[in-house]
Parts: sequence; C-alpha cells; structure tokens
Amino acid sequence: MADQKASTSIEAVQSGLAAQGYIASRQIATAVYLSQQIEKPILVEGPAGVGKTELAKAIAAWRGMKMIRLQCYEGLDEAKALYEWKYAKQLLYTQILKDKLGEVLGGAQTLHAALNQLHDFGDVFFSKEFVEPRPLLQALEQPGGCVLLIDEIDKSDAEFESLLLEILSDFQVTIPELGTVSAITPPTVILTSNSERDLGDALKRRCLHLHIGFPEQRLEERIVESRVPGISQTLRRQMVGFIHEIRSLDLKKLPSVSETIDWARVLVLLQASELDTDIVKDTLNVLLKYEADIEAASPQVTTFIAKAARSNVFG
Amino acid sequence: MRENLHRFFRAARGVGVHVSPAESIDAMRAVKQVGFSDRAILRDSLLLTLAKSQDEKLALGDCFDLFFSQPEPPQDQAEASSENASQDADPPPSSEAAAETGEGQPPQELGPLAQMLLSQDRNAIAAAIASASGAASLSDIRYSTQRGIFSSRILDAMGLQRLRDDLDQLTATNPALAERLRAALDALREAVRDTVSQGLALYAREEAENLRNEILRNAPLARIERRQVAEMRALIRQIARRLRERYSKPRKRQRRGHLDVRRTLRRNAAWGGVPFLTAWKRKHRDRPKIVALCDVSGSVAQVSDFFLLLIHSLHEVVDDVRSFAFSSHLIEVSEILEKNSPEEAMAEIMSKVGFGSSDYGSSLVDFEKEFMSTLTPQTTVIVLGDARSNNLDPRADILRRISERSKRLVWLNPEGRLAWGFGDSEMPRYATFCTVVRQCATAQQLERAVSDIVATYQ
Repeated sequence: MADQKASTSIEAVQSGLAAQGYIASRQIATAVYLSQQIEKPILVEGPAGVGKTELAKAIAAWRGMKMIRLQCYEGLDEAKALYEWKYAKQLLYTQILKDKLGEVLGGAQTLHAALNQLHDFGDVFFSKEFVEPRPLLQALEQPGGCVLLIDEIDKSDAEFESLLLEILSDFQVTIPELGTVSAITPPTVILTSNSERDLGDALKRRCLHLHIGFPEQRLEERIVESRVPGISQTLRRQMVGFIHEIRSLDLKKLPSVSETIDWARVLVLLQASELDTDIVKDTLNVLLKYEADIEAASPQVTTFIAKAARSNVFG
Repeated sequence: MRENLHRFFRAARGVGVHVSPAESIDAMRAVKQVGFSDRAILRDSLLLTLAKSQDEKLALGDCFDLFFSQPEPPQDQAEASSENASQDADPPPSSEAAAETGEGQPPQELGPLAQMLLSQDRNAIAAAIASASGAASLSDIRYSTQRGIFSSRILDAMGLQRLRDDLDQLTATNPALAERLRAALDALREAVRDTVSQGLALYAREEAENLRNEILRNAPLARIERRQVAEMRALIRQIARRLRERYSKPRKRQRRGHLDVRRTLRRNAAWGGVPFLTAWKRKHRDRPKIVALCDVSGSVAQVSDFFLLLIHSLHEVVDDVRSFAFSSHLIEVSEILEKNSPEEAMAEIMSKVGFGSSDYGSSLVDFEKEFMSTLTPQTTVIVLGDARSNNLDPRADILRRISERSKRLVWLNPEGRLAWGFGDSEMPRYATFCTVVRQCATAQQLERAVSDIVATYQ
C-alpha cells in the first residue's frame, strides 16, 4: 500500500513542480518527495545553469511557502548567516534607560548590592529583542515552515560547513546567551554546489545527494516548451538537437539549460522559424561564453545543424 | 527484505561507496517510504541516500543492477528434462508427460528438495537458494578459489544429502523419474554456481582489490610486468594523494611557543616598554625544495619513472622540484614532466638520455657545471640509482660538494644492501657523503622514502 502511495506521490511532486514551470525528472521528484518524508536536506550538485536554484524556487512556489535564500561566499560567517546582536540598539537602550537604571540601583548601598540588583534584571540586553536573525535563524522561526536555499555552499569556507551541521541534522541552532532555538516547523533545506571544492563528509552524510546533469533531449524540449511558450515545435526540436551536439564538443563551458532557454527566447525574438547557419552564427554568443569556445564551435555549425535536422526527421 | 538491504549495503561497500551506519539508517527510512514494488524508484532512493558523489552514483547504480538481477533459478529446467528425455531415445515422455508425472507422481516419501525440483516451482527454488546462501553466509566470500566450497555449502543447506538418498532409491524403483531428477539437479547446481559467482562479484571486489594492491605495493618496481604498469600508476597516484592529504594541511602553530623578548620590547617602545603587544617566536618552516637526480639506465629506469611521477604529483606539497635524468650524461627534465602525461614524458626522457650505459662520474660533472647553483641550504637532494658506474671514475668528490651545499642528500637505491659494493657498484664510496641511504625497490619503500623527505620540512 505504501508503495502505491509513494509512486503516486512522486508523480504529484512532478506535476506540482511542472505547474510552477519546473519540469523535473523522476529522480529529482523522488529526491523532493523523500526529503519531505524523512526530513533531510537535499544537496544538489551539477554544472552551472541546470536549474539547481530554480528547483528551490519551484518547490517554494508549489507549496506556497516563503523562500529564504542564503548566498554563500568566501568569508561568510556566523554573524551574517545565523544571528547578530543589535549592538546599536543595545547601546541606545542603555543610554535611554540610564535614569531608570540609576533609580533601580539607587537603593543599593554598596557596590556589591548594586551588582546583585543588576543581576536581578536578568540579561535584559541579551534577550530575543536584541537578536537580529539572519537567514538561517529566520528559517527556523517561520511558523509555517519555509524553503531554505543555501546557495553555492562550495564557495564558503570549510569552517562554515561545520556551522551548518547542527541545523542540517536537528533543525536547531544554539546561541550561547539564549539557549537552543529549535525549528517551529522543520524547513525544507536545499543546498546547491558547483563542485568547486569537495565538501566535507560530515555535511554530505546529512544530506540526500542529488546530481542534476544536462537533461535528455526530450526533457529539455519539454523544459523549453514550458519556459518559452511561443516557440514552434520544429524549431524547438532543432535547437535542442543542436545544443546536444554542441555539448559533445570539448569546450571550456558547455551551454546548460539556462542558455538553452535564453537562446530560445532570442530565436523567438528574431522570429526564426528554422535554424540556419547565419542565424546560428549570429547568436552563438548567447550559447557560448568564451571567445575560444565560439571559435572552436563555429566550423562545426553547419554539420551540427544538418545533424539536428536529420535526427528531427527520424526522431 | 531487511536482510537483503543489509546485504546490499555490504555489496555497496565492496564497490567503494562508503556506507556509514547513519546512512544505512537513512536508506532504510527512505525505502520504508517508497517500498519495493517500483524498482526504478527504489534505485533512485538508494542512490540519493547512499551515494555522495557522481562516481559513487555510477558505481552504486551498477552494483544495484547486479545485486537485484538474481540469476534465474533453473529456468531451462523443462527444456533440460525434455532434452534428456529425447536423448534417452524415449520420445513419449515429452514435456506434457513430464508435467503430468510432475504433478501426479512425486510420492510423499521424497525429500522436500526433490519434490521442489520435480514440481518445477521456480519461485520456491529461487527462495530456497536465497535462504540457503544466507545460511551459508555467502556474503563472506572473498576469493575466487572459495567458489567450490560455497557452492557445496549452499547445496548442503538445501538438503543435497536427502536428495542423493532419494536418487539412489528412485534409480531402483523408478528410473525415468530418477533421470529427470538428475537433470534437474544438474540445472540446480548450475544455478547455485551462478549465484555464488554473482556473490563473488558483489562481495569480494573490495577484498580482491586490496589484496592485489598489497601485492603490487610490495612487488619490485623494476620487474613489474607491462600490463601492471597502468595499475601501478594508479597506485602511485593513490600514494601521492595520501601524502598530499597528510602534508598539505595548513598548520596553525604560529602563535605557540616562546615570547620573543627582543621584538616585544622594540614593538612596545612607545609605551615605555610596557608590553601591550606581544611578539612570539615563530617557528620558521621551509617549503620543501627538492632536487632529484634520477638514473634512467636499464634496470633503474622503471623505478625512476614511478619516483618522478610521485614527486611531480606532489606539487601541492612540494612546490619547488627540479628533476634531472641521466645515464651517460645529464639533462633537466622538470618541464617535460610537468607538461606531458606520465607516459609521454617518460618516452621523451628516454629518447633523450635513456638506454645509455650509466656513467655517474660524467653525469655528476654535468650537474656541477650547470646546475650547482640551484642548490641552497634548504634543498634536499635525492639521487635515485644503483650506483653502478661501469668501472668509470665515480667522482665522489662532486657528491661531497653537493652534500655540503644542501640540507640533506638522500640516496635511494633499488638494489638490496647485499649487492652494494659488489661488482661495479660504487655505493659504499658514495654512501659516506649521504645523509641517508635507503633501499627503494617497491612502491611501499618509495612511499616511505618520499614521506620521510617531506616530513623533515613540516
């Protein structure tokens, strides 16, 4: 019975994401379903522009939840990711409350007694009101749950990874002055990485590992269809076929899905009905981002167009 | 089914996917959610929870396919029995007759295995094989030579003994049925053998690889066979990675140790010598600087090949390496090694200086003339060679000067200590000027030698 439920739920995930314009492969849908069921973060790896970040956005839109995004970079630390004390506010309040403090402490005869009275205040100035929550803490404090996107985790330092471990495994953070803050509703956590450096085993162990590669031709056609509705079917097939040929070359940066979509938009704007050598050569810079790559690809354009057209006939 | 999953985790470890207990718990939870009915979803779920990189995903995917493609139990049983029947030149008991007898005949006194075989219940047989291989702990299989013993263990667990008794009895009472049973038994043996082979492929891979690497590590480098060279290269790369991991970690040792009184006083002069800012004595650590002189003549060439490969793949740890190759004269090869793949580099080096008879004297002269200035008091000089100079002048005096200019002079000799000094070996004479002389014939010795050299800079 559970089996039946699982496959229908996975399909539900797929169609739900599709409604947000994100065409997910079954593997992606399985990952999203499982992360929800066993409450684990997903670590998404893959080349740039295959829709890693889009996945998080689509999940948030589909479930109608808020998305909180933490963009990682070198030097990102606790104060920017987790929480910070509002120093200015603390200072301001001590100034404003100076009189009040004097009043309270006025009764004390000795320094010792004053200190004791001061203790009675408790840690007024280190209470929740003075904490500035940063993305990670914000995510834990959302009453209805949220999608927490930790983008490009590989760009951050190795120390930052360790900071994440507590959140990823238990959905809680410990603030020394306040104690442990647990999530009201466990957020859906998506981490993305471009494999710029190897992530630690401890981090990987806590996540479901999803690798999104370049999609198959059919899937990519569907993606283009949903993202660029104005494009004709023949052109769509041809251009996707052409891009798959380009990906077989040894290039510095292979065109990924986002480039495909951009190119489709450009072709629609130029009102092309079919691929031909001129239009491809004119718009090659949309696909390829390095001069060397364009030079390497240019001589092949005609053959690739022919191939794409041929596969079109048989496919 | 939980048993099966546990066996799958073991198989996964066999293909090099690290499955920790925590991960196996996750996988269990995931599988509980998705169930077993849809194999593709099961596969995806296991890949998601267990594999943590693209390589692991590929390996685990293959492992999954192998694991869940259990060899079919005697599927051609019916054909086999009918074939047998026709061989008997006895056409009437064809498949129908067999089915008939199969249903009607197996008398009660036959053992369960015989009945199972005769009734050709494929699923029951598969289940029996699976449970028997569990009982025989097939997942402990390690070497291909164990196949026989595991097959017989599984068959024993299935009740072969009883089946034999039945067979003996039947040959007397019902020869036709006995014949059929015998054919079925053969098919069963085959199925069990397949199961065991599959088990071997699943569970023994890691062990077999470890064993092979262990043998390879201790094999004399100079004498390994051509087909092993590629494996050896992979092993050397592994060693390089290990050394890199061990030595490339940034060490935060700067603020420890003793107060630098002189610098502290100077720095705090503005406050009348009250030490607001402290200065600490820092341990000065040199980056490794290595100059390698490699003999590439005949027997030593292969060792130098691997040595150079190792040194140059350590560039994260050792950023200043200069390599020289010689047999009858000496040239610098650092650039060749850095620009080309190992195979091409070695081919190029060999075409330039290789295949000559070694002349240590004139090679040392070449070195002194052109490259003596590269040596600094921080340099470790490594000479790799057998010190067999064909009775030519060894010029040990140059080696003495090299030793004086450098931090350390290490001589790695592929020959055993016993051979030093015999024949044209000049080793004893050179050894007096070396900081360390060690034998270096196998990958393991090579690793230790390089590890020691790098460690002196830490």
